[in-house]
Amino acid sequence: MAKKTPEINASSQADIAFLLLVFFLITTTMDVDKGLQRKLPPMPEENQQQDEVKINRRNIVVVKINAQDRIMVGSKPSDVSEIKDQIVEFLTNPNDDPNKPEKEVKFIKGLGNYAVSKGVVSLQNDKGTLYNTYIQVQNEIVRAINEIRDQFSTQHYGKKFAQLDEDHQKIVKEAVPQNISEAEPKDVKGKK
Amino acid sequence: MGRFRKSGKKSAPAISTASLPDIVFMLLFFFMISTSFRQTDKLVQVKLPAATENVKLERKDLTSYIYIGSPIPSKQAQYGTDSRIQLNDSYRTINEIRDFIASERESRSEQDRAEMTVAIKADENVRMGIITDVKQELRRCSALKIMYVARQK
Repeated sequence: MAKKTPEINASSQADIAFLLLVFFLITTTMDVDKGLQRKLPPMPEENQQQDEVKINRRNIVVVKINAQDRIMVGSKPSDVSEIKDQIVEFLTNPNDDPNKPEKEVKFIKGLGNYAVSKGVVSLQNDKGTLYNTYIQVQNEIVRAINEIRDQFSTQHYGKKFAQLDEDHQKIVKEAVPQNISEAEPKDVKGKK
Repeated sequence: MGRFRKSGKKSAPAISTASLPDIVFMLLFFFMISTSFRQTDKLVQVKLPAATENVKLERKDLTSYIYIGSPIPSKQAQYGTDSRIQLNDSYRTINEIRDFIASERESRSEQDRAEMTVAIKADENVRMGIITDVKQELRRCSALKIMYVARQK
């Protein structure tokens, strides 16, 4: 018999290949887009413009940002860091202040009757407002609503909102709605 | 049995190629995953604003992107530095958004059209005027689901 060089055992090569595959799978980050999701109100029909739904004054808090990126909440000047607490206080209305939003008792499936706040946050901006400031304010408003949702979740289910399962999240969303109205730009209406 | 071996010359055994398919598959998977489809060339500079309360964009295949920002340096001689809107691969004006949305809608299946999202990727230094115009135009085309794309703070 001729002298033979021993063959290299190749059966583990597949394992190495898979190991590399898994490594790349984990380390490659697919750039997932993240952001703030919003639903725009539908454009009013020309002839329908008159009979808009009137929302009671006490139910609206207007957040205004001007061209110099100054912020106003209600009728007082404010700052990005203060918005969240102001919105939380406005929407929850803990002392049933007559100037803050009323609550409407609604039947929510899986929870029963619950007094849902009718508060709406209305966001107004100027043409010259920086997009960054606008997003910061949007972010703070969402943060306020998320905080209320977290409070509600811990109170009723003993867990944070993010840890709830889908059905419970739906209930919480119904009990604490995200009512943000992005107002029509003032000058668009003025021109017509 | 031994007959063939006897006649064979003394030679190094061939390298086993049994694992070659594995390697090829590995490369295939790697490229499949790292390649993102429909990569449009960026014509505007976008530095996304930062936010903390981000949610993930679901159904990427049902998303249309609108880029807003200042043109990239190589295009600034031609287009200036004013914020511009980019749809697909070219600079567009506000009025062309309607056609863009219509064609995006056309390319999706019937039941998916209601789920369509428009992702607005705008630079943080853009003024709201242009964003508001885009939003108004989107409302006119009833593309109401939008997302302000932001990076995680």
